[in-house]
Amino acid sequence: MDRFIVSPSPHIHAPVSTRSLMRDVLIALAPAVVVSCLFYGWSELLVIAVSVVSCVLVEWALTRYVLRRPSTVGDLSAALTGVLLALNLPVSTPWWVVFVGALFAIGVAKITFGGLGQNIFNPAIAGRVFLLVSFPSYMTDWTAPQGLIGGGPDAFSGATPLSALKEQLAGGAAVDVSALASQYSYRSVLFANLGGSAGEVCAVALLVGFVYLLCRKVVKIWIPLSIFATVAVISLVFSSIDPVRFTGPLFNLLTGGLILGACYMATDYVTSPMTSLGGIVYGVGIGLIVMMIRYFGSYPEGVSFAILVMNMAVPLIDRGFHSRKFGRA
Amino acid sequence: MNKLSFSIGGVHPDDCKISRNCSIEELPLPGVMHVSMAQHLGAPATPVVAVGDRVRTGQVIGEPAGFISAFVHSPASGTVKSIGPGKDLSGRMVTHIDIAVEGDEWAEGIDRSSTLVTEIPEDRTFILERIRANGVVGLGGATFPTHVKLNPAPGSKAECLIINGAECEPYLTSDFRVLVERTREVVVGATIMRRALGDCRTVIAVEENKPEAIMSLRAAMGELHMEGLEIAVLRKKYPQGGEKQLIDAVMHRQVKSGGLPISVGAVVQNVSTALAVYEAVQKNRPLISNVLTVTGDCLPVERQHNYLFRIGMPLSYIAEYAGGVPEGAAKIVSGGPMMGRAVSEMEASTVKGSSSLLYLSEKATRRAPESNCIRCGRCASACPMGLEPFLLVRLAKAGDAAGLEAASVQDCIECGCCLYSCPAAVPLLDHIRPAKGQVMGIIRARAAAAKAADDKK
Repeated sequence: MDRFIVSPSPHIHAPVSTRSLMRDVLIALAPAVVVSCLFYGWSELLVIAVSVVSCVLVEWALTRYVLRRPSTVGDLSAALTGVLLALNLPVSTPWWVVFVGALFAIGVAKITFGGLGQNIFNPAIAGRVFLLVSFPSYMTDWTAPQGLIGGGPDAFSGATPLSALKEQLAGGAAVDVSALASQYSYRSVLFANLGGSAGEVCAVALLVGFVYLLCRKVVKIWIPLSIFATVAVISLVFSSIDPVRFTGPLFNLLTGGLILGACYMATDYVTSPMTSLGGIVYGVGIGLIVMMIRYFGSYPEGVSFAILVMNMAVPLIDRGFHSRKFGRA
Repeated sequence: MNKLSFSIGGVHPDDCKISRNCSIEELPLPGVMHVSMAQHLGAPATPVVAVGDRVRTGQVIGEPAGFISAFVHSPASGTVKSIGPGKDLSGRMVTHIDIAVEGDEWAEGIDRSSTLVTEIPEDRTFILERIRANGVVGLGGATFPTHVKLNPAPGSKAECLIINGAECEPYLTSDFRVLVERTREVVVGATIMRRALGDCRTVIAVEENKPEAIMSLRAAMGELHMEGLEIAVLRKKYPQGGEKQLIDAVMHRQVKSGGLPISVGAVVQNVSTALAVYEAVQKNRPLISNVLTVTGDCLPVERQHNYLFRIGMPLSYIAEYAGGVPEGAAKIVSGGPMMGRAVSEMEASTVKGSSSLLYLSEKATRRAPESNCIRCGRCASACPMGLEPFLLVRLAKAGDAAGLEAASVQDCIECGCCLYSCPAAVPLLDHIRPAKGQVMGIIRARAAAAKAADDKK
């Protein structure tokens, strides 16, 4: 009898692993990666490659030589952080800045807390915000899309819709934002034609990937849905009160990396609440903070900051919201 | 037809009912039977035969040793070889009676014919006594004495009898074969139990993946004109056949924490129990046989079987008869892959509640090495009791008994959904099971102390 395994039930396991979940998110991001490479050209591919390779290398080296544990790069979470970080950076970011971002994301935001599952902040966002405050000039050098298809000049400086708006408002003049917003056709936002970080350029590609994640039951819809709903409601209310000062819902939903943040970063398992109800509270919080920063703050957009702030609230939210128990109604 | 389901959690394992088309075959008797005295929930039975006694098939060899206990009958005729401790399938020591089999000569008063007796006895006491005397226990897994369940305490009334044909565990097909091949007996058995409970509403609940069973039930009910029976089709979802889950699905009522099904007016009995009740009441035939599935992912289809076995046959005998342990088997399980027990003693004997001999390959049963919890919440979404396994494990590791009780660890039904669905392969249930035992102990001790204080007054 010693040939057979004896262990407690259950004796079978669902065909799911951390690695398979991370792989699904990578697959979901593939359309956005392809589109951004097509529109920004080889330099975007370079940013993504540097980011992924740095994240994986940093994780491998730190788990192996600092934590002295078996390497965890096989679970693909470091690779995913790499892709997300790259999609949050301007295409013109120098390779060494990308590397510093990866070092902070994995080394500081993830490994110091104990690795995957233990971190408080989403590593990719932490890396991006670290770069934003450390290298603001590199991080706001948005390039208007001139990619593999157009074949035009390699890069020229442009402004994102939100930062263009902020600059004009900062000039003190009364700006009719609705007129400004109308300069950008929503078609171009949806199908990639605007200045911004790689992950902002094509809403459709991001949404297609997100639908894949929903179908594979990798994430639940509540967090992104509550973020979108909050942003839509607040901008609807404010823009109907004063359409000259405040931008409307469609503009706010489609710009500033909101879709990338809501669908891929806010839904990070580790740094979001465990329950669906908690997820809704978390999502509403993110939406509120995003709109506060956009309307009243000094940064042109605030998805990253909003997610970081709400990451900190997750332990509190998890205390307040629990699953509905059977027979205890 | 509207498909019913429980309302919280659940998982969808592949049902793997490979042996579904194997008809029930009767196993020949082995040379020796090891009959366990602890085949039911509650106190083990007391042996009432001595070494050297001649026994006949169906003769009482063990008597109940308490209110919650059951009779045990001889599964064959022969001579009592020895009485003493022997290992059960997990290696625990239990009193066994070993019988050297000498033929199959039945005790008096047992109707062995296959004629269907459809006349339902009017007398409730007679029904309950027959069920008790013939050692019938619940065959869905818990082996709770059936006559106790069919006799609700004064003040509680059964509003609905649910006959559990969900068989939601993957691989198992014994209940399914009973439903298909012994449909009329099951229907009569259900009606007898309904009578014992005062003619309450009776629902035979079957999962949607057993259309043949539903068809034969419809035909049998039409043919026999049994009153008050309904069929409910359940969605295929594990653990649909869990007692509390089934009541939720069929009656839309949730048994309160720590409560019994009867508190919401429900009594749940398995289909094989219905068959055993039929045989006990209509034929005065004791529970000495049951149906067991020999299956597994590494067992070729042509070697899969549904056997009618006599209780007390050693597992090794059944395995030999079925052609031996297959190549590639890494784990042998008695029961389903979600809640069954891993066999460590092939020499151990079958009991009333045995439902399968399941051979799982390394690939099917392998647990990945544990990695960090990624807080995905899948365990909480999967838990049919609405618990938060990740939190329970944290509390268990911290040894926080009060926290565990507040987080309702005592409600855990050990269905395995949490561990099954964890992508990080955290052995959630392995931690939760002992924590539950500890908290249940504290709750019981507290109740006993409160009772003692009450008695003093």
